[in-house]
Amino acid sequence: MPTMNIIQAVNDALRIQMAQDDRVVILGEDVGKFGGVFRATSGLQEQFGADRVVDCPLSEAGIMGTAIGMALYGLRPVPEMQFADFIYPAFDQIVNELAKYRYRSGGQYPCPVVVRTPYGGGIKGGHYHSQSNEAYWVQTPGLKVVIPSNPYDAKGLLLAAMRQDDPVIFMEPKRMYRAAKGDVPEGDYTLEIGKAKVVKEGKDITVLAYGSMVHTAMEALAKAEAEGIDAELIDLRSLVPLDIDTIIASVEKTGRVVIVQEAPKSAGFAAELIALINEHALLSLEAPIVRVTGWDTPFPYTLDLEYLPSADRVLQGMRKTLNF
Amino acid sequence: MPEISDADLKALYRTMVMTRVFDQRMITLQRQGRLGFYLGSLGEEAASVGSAFALWAEDWIFPCYREQGAYLWRGVTVQEMAHQCYGNGLDYTKGRQMPVHYSFRHKNIVSISSPLTVQLPQAVGAAWAAKLRKDPIITLTYLGEGASSQGDFHVGLNFAGVYKTPTVFFLRNNGWAISTPREVQTASENFAMKANAYGFEGVLVDGNDLLAVIVATKRAADKARSGGGPTLIEAVTYRVGGHSTSDDPSVYRKDEEVKAWEAKDPIARFQRFLAKKGLWTPEWELEIQEACKAEVLAAAEAAEKAPAPAPETIFDDVFSDIPRFLQEQRAELMDSLQQSKEAR
Ligand SMILES: Cc1ncc(C[n+]2csc(CCOP(=O)(O)OP(=O)(O)O)c2C)c(N)n1
Repeated sequence: MPTMNIIQAVNDALRIQMAQDDRVVILGEDVGKFGGVFRATSGLQEQFGADRVVDCPLSEAGIMGTAIGMALYGLRPVPEMQFADFIYPAFDQIVNELAKYRYRSGGQYPCPVVVRTPYGGGIKGGHYHSQSNEAYWVQTPGLKVVIPSNPYDAKGLLLAAMRQDDPVIFMEPKRMYRAAKGDVPEGDYTLEIGKAKVVKEGKDITVLAYGSMVHTAMEALAKAEAEGIDAELIDLRSLVPLDIDTIIASVEKTGRVVIVQEAPKSAGFAAELIALINEHALLSLEAPIVRVTGWDTPFPYTLDLEYLPSADRVLQGMRKTLNF
Repeated sequence: MPEISDADLKALYRTMVMTRVFDQRMITLQRQGRLGFYLGSLGEEAASVGSAFALWAEDWIFPCYREQGAYLWRGVTVQEMAHQCYGNGLDYTKGRQMPVHYSFRHKNIVSISSPLTVQLPQAVGAAWAAKLRKDPIITLTYLGEGASSQGDFHVGLNFAGVYKTPTVFFLRNNGWAISTPREVQTASENFAMKANAYGFEGVLVDGNDLLAVIVATKRAADKARSGGGPTLIEAVTYRVGGHSTSDDPSVYRKDEEVKAWEAKDPIARFQRFLAKKGLWTPEWELEIQEACKAEVLAAAEAAEKAPAPAPETIFDDVFSDIPRFLQEQRAELMDSLQQSKEAR
């Protein structure tokens, strides 16, 4: 099995699907000859031509709006938003149009667009190249929100996303693009969207994470183990739909939860998870759920590591929960 | 030929040289791993210095991110710029923004945003406010030709046209938006003509000709100041370096193209002009080159030595005060850092 990083896995998934389905079109800034600023679309224009891997004018609203039109007409566009921070000019197209087309047309017009975008900090990107804006999409009914943490998942989930009929915001943890390496099957495979993965089983405490924070949590788990703490780590993989069953089963087992999210704390996805756990498993809880999150400030340039949840902060959160 | 004193002509030249020296040094520092990132303006010095020269110091600048020449002309020091690039505790933006994202309120230069073209409607708004207050201030905003594809370009020009705001739009057409050639941005013959659709004048100018840039900008500024409304200037120039230090232009553009443009270098061109006037000598060149290099070197060294912003400053300036929830988060961070320190 070849070893790949996330960039290569995404590239591989795009290549497989484009070869199989000529309705798939990639749109974006610098996605053609350059292969994208992170090189995720590298070589695709060469193989499939400039009509299927299209360098667009510098306009996220234009890229999103035309992608929606293409999808309505029967194509399967996979637009790339160069950074999640630059999506906002397309916000109206995504939130009011893409997300609602199926519903407002009574199911007549599905809108199968997979919006790929690198997100998150830790690359010295300051506040315009670091944002984790998943909560906006989760708060928008009609969008699926998928966030892989590793190459294997990235390929399987992206292939699945491109083969279903709903719009997907596919957020790629750019900090892990090259850092996360792993075995990835060469051929075709898909992973079910909406199925979490238990990364490590444990009995003392449940740690919930997604995207790059899965790696931070793994680091924290290693430290915790040295202190005799046996934690269970769940990689959510998909926020919408959410695998609530796997989460609840774990909470019922451990009775304690730490949630790690890179996005700011207020009204973030962690808050939603706490509400859901309260609804489904309040009586299993032995301690208040702890959130380890980014701060409610814009993402800073110099102090990016102080902003990001660190393994230490996750570990401190675990101790707090256990010592309650 | 505009009326410019010999002293100013020489100062203009020196500022272009300083701009280049600064850019080159910052790019070298980035390559050495001492600076996180940098965006140079190599080959575009005439566009930035010349346009800024045509303004009054009271006029507001809404920059994009290749305008270091304009800041230097305004009197921003290389030390102030170096602190920002290093994101240290002496940086006015408190280490919060990536390198090149300056903010110099004392020079009427607003804070730079990475998202492109957002500054256009803002520049129109500020100009509009000045007009409402009857201040003789105009605003000048910069953008690249790629940025003209954003909705905010059309929104900004439309408002400026409708309300006849004293705004100058200065579009640097440097041929490329990262890897995307100019042809992908528009099917128009040029960018200047787009102003016509919004009811005002568009001007095409050779962006590598300092004097031509000055004339065009000065005309637009005078017109704006006297109630004549906005102008869109398209300065045709070339991005000689990479888009940024993260870029590899060899993947998408040919060396010959770059070579051809290097021959049109705006600094060399202005140098020839000054030499003909007897204002330039090789000795003076050596003198200013050395002075610029020494100043930039010292500024970079001082910036490198300055301490980083303190961790608790993350929570400053989110609001005018620090509300309770942020005070709690600040305490949480400091406590966490303390715990980590003790564990070590
Ligand atoms: C809204 C938005 N989308 C994408 C980007 C990423 N980006 C930064 S610079 C750039 C190209 C800009 O080209 P142009 O406007 O021609 O200016 P130049 O860099 O050539 O001076 C891109 C795509 C961004 N900063 N903002």
